[in-house]
Amino acid sequence: MLVLRSLIARLVTTAVTLFGVAVIVFVVIRVVPGNPIAMMLPPGATEADIERLKTLYGLDKSIAEQFAIWLAAVLHGDFGTSISTRQPVLSLVLNRLPATLELSILALLIAVALGLALAVLGTRFRDRKTEAGVDIVNGIGLSVPDFLWGLLLILLFGVLWPVFSISGRVSPRLELPFVSQFYLFESLLRLRFDLTRDLLGHMIMPALALALPLAAIIAQVLKQSLKETVNLDYAVLARTKGYKETRVILAEALPNAVLPTLTLVGVQFTFLIGGTVIIERLFSYEGLGNMAIDAVINRDLPLIQGIVILFAVIFTVVNLAVDMSYALLNPKLRHA
Amino acid sequence: MSAFLEIRRLSARLRGTPHRLLRSVDICVEAGAVRGLVGESGAGKSMIGKAVLGVLPKVVEVVEGAIVLDGDDLLAMPPAERRRLVGAKTAMIPQDPLTALNPSRRIGPQITDRLTDILGWTKARAATRAAEVLEEVRIPEPARVMRLYPHELSGGMRQRVLIAAAFAAEPKLIVADEPTTALDVTVQKQILRLISEMQARHGTALLFVTHDLGVVAKICDSLSVLYAGKVVEDTSVERFFAGPAHPYSAALLQATPRHTDPAGSLMPVSRAVLDSVTAEIAEADAGWVSHG
Amino acid sequence: MLDGRGALRRRAGLRLWLSGGWLIVVLVCAAFAPLIAPQDPLAQDLMLGRLPPVWMAGAEPGYLLGTDSLGRDVLSRIIYGARVALLVAFVAGTATCLVGSALGLAAGFYRGWVDRVVGRLVDIWMAFPPVLFAILLIAVLGTGLTSIMLAIIVIDWTRFCRVVRSETLNQAQMDYVQSARVAGFTRARTLLAEILPNVLPTIVALLTLEMGIAVIVEAILSFVNLSISTDDPTWGGMIAEGRISIYQAWWVLVFPLAALFLTVLSFAQLGQGLRDRFDPVLR
Repeated sequence: MLVLRSLIARLVTTAVTLFGVAVIVFVVIRVVPGNPIAMMLPPGATEADIERLKTLYGLDKSIAEQFAIWLAAVLHGDFGTSISTRQPVLSLVLNRLPATLELSILALLIAVALGLALAVLGTRFRDRKTEAGVDIVNGIGLSVPDFLWGLLLILLFGVLWPVFSISGRVSPRLELPFVSQFYLFESLLRLRFDLTRDLLGHMIMPALALALPLAAIIAQVLKQSLKETVNLDYAVLARTKGYKETRVILAEALPNAVLPTLTLVGVQFTFLIGGTVIIERLFSYEGLGNMAIDAVINRDLPLIQGIVILFAVIFTVVNLAVDMSYALLNPKLRHA
Repeated sequence: MSAFLEIRRLSARLRGTPHRLLRSVDICVEAGAVRGLVGESGAGKSMIGKAVLGVLPKVVEVVEGAIVLDGDDLLAMPPAERRRLVGAKTAMIPQDPLTALNPSRRIGPQITDRLTDILGWTKARAATRAAEVLEEVRIPEPARVMRLYPHELSGGMRQRVLIAAAFAAEPKLIVADEPTTALDVTVQKQILRLISEMQARHGTALLFVTHDLGVVAKICDSLSVLYAGKVVEDTSVERFFAGPAHPYSAALLQATPRHTDPAGSLMPVSRAVLDSVTAEIAEADAGWVSHG
Repeated sequence: MLDGRGALRRRAGLRLWLSGGWLIVVLVCAAFAPLIAPQDPLAQDLMLGRLPPVWMAGAEPGYLLGTDSLGRDVLSRIIYGARVALLVAFVAGTATCLVGSALGLAAGFYRGWVDRVVGRLVDIWMAFPPVLFAILLIAVLGTGLTSIMLAIIVIDWTRFCRVVRSETLNQAQMDYVQSARVAGFTRARTLLAEILPNVLPTIVALLTLEMGIAVIVEAILSFVNLSISTDDPTWGGMIAEGRISIYQAWWVLVFPLAALFLTVLSFAQLGQGLRDRFDPVLR
């Protein structure tokens, strides 16, 4: 009962947040000085043409009226029509979403694996030179943002030692049998590992750029938590049973140390998704973020609105999912 | 009877400092017998148990001595071998049942893990054995309890589980580190009786660390009195309670409340006694320094 | 093992010195750019396009780190670029700090409706992808240094607000604050004289981190070509150009990238060092 009530409270605040995001985007982009209509018309268009298009896109009404109309349409699943491509915003956005999701999730997996490995390594050799080394690696990982990692990776693996692709999502000459936009996932389902390889070859650099700062945060917080846990009584008891230190860390300490790290990973994962905007641009990866920057440059108001709202929805869903998995993973909460 | 555990001239210090924590300790536990290890807090009694089990905190460094378990000197062994040997032949009953069970693992695996992973039993055999020992420590519905998480059990129940886990592999030696201190007074007696009963039935040697001479009287065959990391008296329980040889032991015995009055008559160890013990230790230290 | 910790602490000290040293170098470059820069950063000479650094074949003396596709001196542009980077770091960083900390202090100290409104705003802000938000704001505000700084303030105030709010909440529970209230001091005085000094170390550490972030945001916006006009030397703008000509002239990317990297790293290390020093848990 309590769970249901708190869930409803969460959903209400989420709705308020999304509403706030919508209002702010709506207001902000309607102060954009560049006239989007002017860019759509061929030279020599008349004043009447401009007025006609303004009416068509609803730009002749007051902001409050425009917002009400837009909101009503959105609630019916209609996000309007992109000005630059003249296609429905929803289908454009949903078409690009899988590329960004695949990239973000791959980055998250890399970050968790890397962070976990560093934290366990630092704990296993705690208070020794190895831990000091792990701390320095973490410090640098925390200090350098994804954009800079991206540029460094481009230099290292794109130019100096060109083993990975630094541009695009998939080699253009390949014929793709996919029916969905989840290329990586579908290539695995279809057992087309040649395509998986090509996709990963394109994704690994941007994913790594996104993953490194998060990996450092996970490593730092998890190591701290592990170091406290390995000295607890049950870990000591496990050692007397004859277990190796590594096993004590992995089997006894880790499951208990992970919980405090989990909430943090949730918030940080939304930052990572936010980072895809610039990283996709940097690697010419055709995802939502790249499209968003194009939309801003083209003053494509409906498209910008749609993308920002979608990002906000993703962020809130991630936060909700983290809170729920926290409850699921914690045995004390699970049985309460 | 032969000694199953023999600690010889064991000295330890705070790593990197001359500060000695254990001073040439000799302790011997006969096979199947119960040895009490008594002293005030900070005397180093828990540290001796930890040294035997190989779980001394990193800041403590053993500087000399031998811990001979069933004929093998643990301190002379490679760490991996020592770990396996200790895991197979000994077990521990920890002090605080609330923190000694892993909160995120079910009860069952926390009893069977040593059997399957260290001793190589099959899962089925380990599970049967776990149910058996749980029954023995009088836990109702062992099969159900094995599926529970620690927080679903009371403190007394958890200590029973830990005792069952300690006896599951039929170890030859169990180190009990103040196993009743953290429990309610009413539960303490039951747990003590249970340990005593299990020890007798299984013929396990027991190194019983406690600050409570009343407990020693009930359960031990012999005892070592520890002060500032030094064994000041090593004697049988009968002789000790008939009249301790060392003035510090005598003072300790006098300071112990009689069972009728647990808190009222605590008498501090007299200044004179402490001075004489301290002088004795300083003398021993001087000998040790010139020796080293 | 005690040695390992000791070495760690010594190394942390060294890190702080190196970071501070590099930032002073950048500061000097920015302050005395016209005196230090060997060339005019805007001077184009298509005859001298894409000259390699001096130690490579085909280089011209006087162009230490080579030239870009328009024949502009890379070193001079980096030195002048330090001006933009540091200006943004200090001005935008400080302004963001003031706005965010003020809101955080108010929310944490006054609680009630102030806290609810600020908290709701933070929630909404956290639901925006920050880079996209920045780009959007620049599109609205127009390009130029002022717009960039304004955008940084609008986006990043939440970073201060969140931390300062929770820190203020903690401090407000403490006995010394309670006794100040009992002694009859006004709320405003209690906030400024009792709480602020205790929250200040955290704010200073965050400010240092924020300066590094401001430098990066400026570089990102230059990269997306929404910063100040492309002729003016900025590290981000140079990086954007270098990214295009990476296979023909790597030095156009590498040197400004190195400058940006070291500056951001230094600010962050300094901030981390300050935070660790002030954080009672880590200390």
